[in-house]
Amino acid sequence: MNAQPSTPPDPAPPYVRLEAVSKKFGEFPAVDSVSLEIRRGEIFCLLGGSGSGKTTLLRMLAGFETPSAGRIYIDGEDMSAVPPYERPVNMMFQSYALFPHMSVERNVAFGLEQERLGHPEIRRRVAEILDIVQMSPYTGRKPHQLSGGQRQRVALARALVKRPKLLLLDEPLAALDRKLRERTQFELLSIQERLGVTFIVVTHDQEEAMTLATRMGVMDRGRIVQVGTPAEIYESPINRFVADFIGSVNLLEGRVEAAGADGIVIRCEPFGCTVRAAQRVECAPGDTVWAAIRPEKIALAGMVSPGEEAPRDNHMRGKVREVAYMGDVSICLVEIDSGKVLRVTLPNRSGLAAQRDLRHTGVTLCWDEASPVILTR
Amino acid sequence: MQQPERHAGRRLVAGIPALWLAVFFLIPFLIVLKISFSEARLAIPPYAPLITWLHGLPIPSIHLSSYAYLFTDPLYLRSYLYSIMVAAVSTLICLALGYPMAYAIARAGEAWRSFLLMLIVLPFWTSFLLRVYAWIGLLQNDGLVNSVLLRLDLIHHPVTLLQTNFSLYIGIVYSYLPFMILPLYANLEKHDTALLEAAADLGARPLTAFLRVTLPQSLPGIAAGSLLVFIPAVGEYVIPTLLGRTDQIMIGRMLSDEFFDNRDWPVASGVAILILLLLVVPIVLLQRVERRERIAGSAP
Repeated sequence: MNAQPSTPPDPAPPYVRLEAVSKKFGEFPAVDSVSLEIRRGEIFCLLGGSGSGKTTLLRMLAGFETPSAGRIYIDGEDMSAVPPYERPVNMMFQSYALFPHMSVERNVAFGLEQERLGHPEIRRRVAEILDIVQMSPYTGRKPHQLSGGQRQRVALARALVKRPKLLLLDEPLAALDRKLRERTQFELLSIQERLGVTFIVVTHDQEEAMTLATRMGVMDRGRIVQVGTPAEIYESPINRFVADFIGSVNLLEGRVEAAGADGIVIRCEPFGCTVRAAQRVECAPGDTVWAAIRPEKIALAGMVSPGEEAPRDNHMRGKVREVAYMGDVSICLVEIDSGKVLRVTLPNRSGLAAQRDLRHTGVTLCWDEASPVILTR
Repeated sequence: MQQPERHAGRRLVAGIPALWLAVFFLIPFLIVLKISFSEARLAIPPYAPLITWLHGLPIPSIHLSSYAYLFTDPLYLRSYLYSIMVAAVSTLICLALGYPMAYAIARAGEAWRSFLLMLIVLPFWTSFLLRVYAWIGLLQNDGLVNSVLLRLDLIHHPVTLLQTNFSLYIGIVYSYLPFMILPLYANLEKHDTALLEAAADLGARPLTAFLRVTLPQSLPGIAAGSLLVFIPAVGEYVIPTLLGRTDQIMIGRMLSDEFFDNRDWPVASGVAILILLLLVVPIVLLQRVERRERIAGSAP
């Protein structure tokens, strides 16, 4: 049924390969025909809202769920008949799932004891990994005597001590507060780099995904909608869902007036404006499309007196309705002449007073031809 | 103004159980203790007072004879040991049967769980005595079990099942199994299934995961269930009387025989005091386990 031409053999075969993997719970398809290739040493983020199937996909990789259809290969080996305890994979659970009756040291040693390693070897490797996650002073503590951040480190150490080639992380930072989360993100990155482990991270937090991921897959209702680097996904989302899910975006619905190899012109009637974009889009004049413009890519020009020259392409006139001061940036809600509201972010280069003054002033919005992304879906 | 009232209320709430225990446990215990140190005589009541008054002077007459008797007559010692053995074996059988059942209920689906728990509690709706009598009907020589075995040609003469250790264990295990299952279930039901997944993920096969993760965490449940079976089983009277051996009696039966048949109240009281002392150790253990369970449960 797949009409794709067979690709020539890759010199470096993917480390993890999913072939049309599906998982149904009753009639509900939690994961719907996902095909994915993940390379050795990368940090791959599965990003999606709750119920998008990302956790189910991760649990199938760990072996806790059996796919209803499709195949999973890890390092070229079919995982269908391999139970969790024999997979070359370790997982860091969202709840951390530390053994409450064991000390930090016993928790971390557990996995190595299953490999029947000698005691000196186990002690050495446990000490080494606890040092890496900076938990050496707490080896004798029980999990309930640790803070959330410390538990997270123990869980990470317990998964990493087995030196897995693939580490699965289920919302690794969700239980941490914001400051700790930022610090831990960078620690995760440095540990990953140091140990050369392939990470697959499930998260609903797009910021987390953007910071961690070398590549990410956006999931929606059991399907992978788009795969790419964080920059690719942010700058060229393939549809309105992705554009809206990652960051915030202004979506301008319009009709194609002209489309060519070097650009496209769209008339957005509800906004009373014409969008010109330097992008090649597969569409015909008259088609309905959407122009996605990121709030930080819109510039606010000074006041224009009404009745002045008619706005040119990629221009709109409006009035600032609200200014939300966020510290590093300010978010302005601009009501354009047709009544629609657009979101514009301005960097706070000058002081607070300058932003305050903006409220209720008339402004011109304009953006570059390279800024809008034209979406047909 | 509110303060003393609140204090009074608190004192009342704490006082009611204390009063209950004093009236229905402490005072009877002291009476029994007193009788155990007195001398038997043929009168009403059938024991001599501890203190007699002669010309206004108290003359104590404390006798250790009943205790001396208990320790010299091997019948009593054998009876104690037999009771402990029966209680211990019954506890082990209950644990072996109850653990898998409690585990299965704890892992069953939401809808099934309450149904299965109801099945465990269901026997309590019928009188305990009736249920033990029912076993006589099943196990006697012309009872259901023997008839079925004869009909199936598995045996040619009825097998004596009643008044053996076998029937005694059946009776005790059958009666006390729910007391093993319920605390075990309460413990196992709280277990986080993610821990078993974590164990599997770290390379532990299902049996290892059970032994290293589930079993250690269920120890408080095992202890609670075992003590709830062991403690009443030691002093059990009805089941050994109806189903047990006639040549070897348990200590509860011994107590009742001394009291009602021999009318030797001091010796009967001595037997009761020794049972109590024997059970104080496991009772203290039970309380310690419960306290630890509470502390572990309150931890985040």
